[in-house]
Amino acid sequence: MSEAAFLNGNEAIAYGVKLCRPDVIAAYPITPQTKAVEKLSQFVQDGEMATQYMHVESEHSAMACSIGASAVGARTFTATSSQGLLYMAECLPYASGARLPIVMMNANRSIATPWNIYGDQMDVMFVLNAGWVQLFVENGQEALDMVIQSYRLAEDTRVMAPVMLNIDGFVLTHTYEKVLIPDQADVDAWLPRLQVQEHMMQDNNPMSMCITAGNAHNMEFKVRQHQDLLRAEALLEEVDASFAAAFGRSWKGAVDAYRCDDAELILLTTGSVSGTARVVVDELRAAGRRVGLLKLRLVRPFPAARVAEVLRGARAVGVFDKNISFGYEGTIYTNVNSALLQHGCTAPTMNFIGGLGGRDVSRGDLVAAFDRLQLLADGAGAGASGIDRVQYLGMRCEA
Amino acid sequence: MSANMSVNMKQSGSAGASGAAASGAAAAAGSGSQQIKWTARNLPEQEHFYGHKACGGCGESLALRLALKVLGPDAYLSLPAGCMAAVSFIYPNMAFRNNAIITPFASTAAVATGVAAGLKALGKADPLSVAFAGDGGTADIGIQALSGAIDRGERFIYICTDNEAYMNTGIQKSGLTPFGAATTTTPAGKVIHGSITEKKNMFEIVAAHGIRYAATASMGYLEDFMNKVQKAKDCGGPSYIHVFAPCPTGWGHGSEETLAVAKQVVDSGLWYLAEFEGGEFRLNRNPETFIPVRDYLKRQARFKHLQDADIAEIERLRDAKWQYLRSHWTV
Repeated sequence: MSEAAFLNGNEAIAYGVKLCRPDVIAAYPITPQTKAVEKLSQFVQDGEMATQYMHVESEHSAMACSIGASAVGARTFTATSSQGLLYMAECLPYASGARLPIVMMNANRSIATPWNIYGDQMDVMFVLNAGWVQLFVENGQEALDMVIQSYRLAEDTRVMAPVMLNIDGFVLTHTYEKVLIPDQADVDAWLPRLQVQEHMMQDNNPMSMCITAGNAHNMEFKVRQHQDLLRAEALLEEVDASFAAAFGRSWKGAVDAYRCDDAELILLTTGSVSGTARVVVDELRAAGRRVGLLKLRLVRPFPAARVAEVLRGARAVGVFDKNISFGYEGTIYTNVNSALLQHGCTAPTMNFIGGLGGRDVSRGDLVAAFDRLQLLADGAGAGASGIDRVQYLGMRCEA
Repeated sequence: MSANMSVNMKQSGSAGASGAAASGAAAAAGSGSQQIKWTARNLPEQEHFYGHKACGGCGESLALRLALKVLGPDAYLSLPAGCMAAVSFIYPNMAFRNNAIITPFASTAAVATGVAAGLKALGKADPLSVAFAGDGGTADIGIQALSGAIDRGERFIYICTDNEAYMNTGIQKSGLTPFGAATTTTPAGKVIHGSITEKKNMFEIVAAHGIRYAATASMGYLEDFMNKVQKAKDCGGPSYIHVFAPCPTGWGHGSEETLAVAKQVVDSGLWYLAEFEGGEFRLNRNPETFIPVRDYLKRQARFKHLQDADIAEIERLRDAKWQYLRSHWTV
């Protein structure tokens, strides 16, 4: 039986981690992730978790300690955000290349400068190429459930890759919702203990890890790692189906299409803004407009075929990005355009960049986005004098 | 799982020393309380580090080889990206018989304590996690992680093999490069004659954490080094050994001179053998007279540009250091 609780996103994550019984937690505090590691520390200090909690002096060491612990087969957890994620960045491809199933919460937060502690998704976009599974969640329940799913995903020998669980800073980490906490016995039955893998260090089979591979071998390691990571998309569906059977909740795998079947205009989102978009879609549908929402849950590996399949029938596609790749456009937008092109979809697309540095993304902003998409569908995007394909939502001055 | 970035010796097909039996003394080392005294006579024949590609006469690789004879096959090793990683983990030829992992450069101590925590969490009684890093990986880029790891009180051994410059990248100055030494980033220029800074007091910095056990050593005094490794293993908490390990390639001396150079540096007073235990510093050797520093300096290409005034300055710095050591530490 689940227990209902009133939790913020940080606490939901902490309860999810506790249920997974990690052997080692190494974490360094950073706003807005702090409440998650404080809660976990409390669990450990109260004897509710039998976990080695390492009070590290930096995020770099948080990931390095996780690497060391995971390299001997310990289940590990860490959490970070923003500058902390960038500080540990060197260690991220290290962990994925060593095939270590570490799970990390990343509270998505703005990047300095200008300094800002509030939420956007600039941080994770810097490390998309790190070889980690990149998951995004919409609410506290999804955050808790995805911690549990993340360990199944990371530790599956078909993938054997670390997982980053992205949760929007403040909007989710500090917002209280009703969250169902699964029963420990049910999680224990669904999530077996991590077995020490053949490639890890162990007494009876000494191993050299994180080796050097020169130009005669390096490319094969990298391509094989990439191919294994690609399997995470199908595995996520499998894990979700199994989770749904055990716990009664499905989160739909790589993408969650909402009212997209006959939609002419579809907005693609990641993270918490999906909740607002869902409300806007319902309102516009009630007004007779054929709009839909594609919530992208998995950004690495990128579910290109699934995205294209949902968007194929649309007359115009909008991609919401809580980030800018300076000098180009929103990062998700680039990825979606590539997916559509690869799969022969010709729907015109538009990028809506919003929510930077914690700027609120309102229902009005998203209604305006759909209005712009309507113009695009009606042909306003054609030609050099057409509508600007990259739009900024909620600006206080002209872009 | 063939794409995993890890290989072991069996897979890599390295040959050698698999049948060598440990001596009676080594067997006794595992049996606990009785303190073993290591000498050249009772050193185990078993090799744990061989087939690597280190330069002839490499002091650092010799330090690893001997330390592993003391530590045995149960030690889990963490080494940063540096010379020892570069010469011993080249796929598909692995040179360590022990479990070993290359760490990100800055994080040797963090990975080593992560290994210890992981093993402990998985129920292994008294895991032995050992970090080996050079002077750059210890005193410069790795000092933060080392400080944090000692502070956490995790039981692990950290061995700093000090060859006084960044050798793996081509002999650049580190925080442990001594005054006067020419490196590729502190060349013997027309105006500035090599490094103008002194060695960072790494041993004392580590001791200031209140670490359980710390020691300095030199490859010129091998038995002293090996017995300090044994003490570190037995101390039950975080421990640190700073061993002076010449680099013939970087220093410009013959590969057969490594041990002689490492002995001379101690005998000339430019390095000292000491321990920190129970909160107290103790000098292990306190020579009444020093051999001339010139004899030590002039056999190495990195010091050959030094003029009399430079050598006089090196002597002055040495004498000031020893005055401090003799007045503050137990002799």
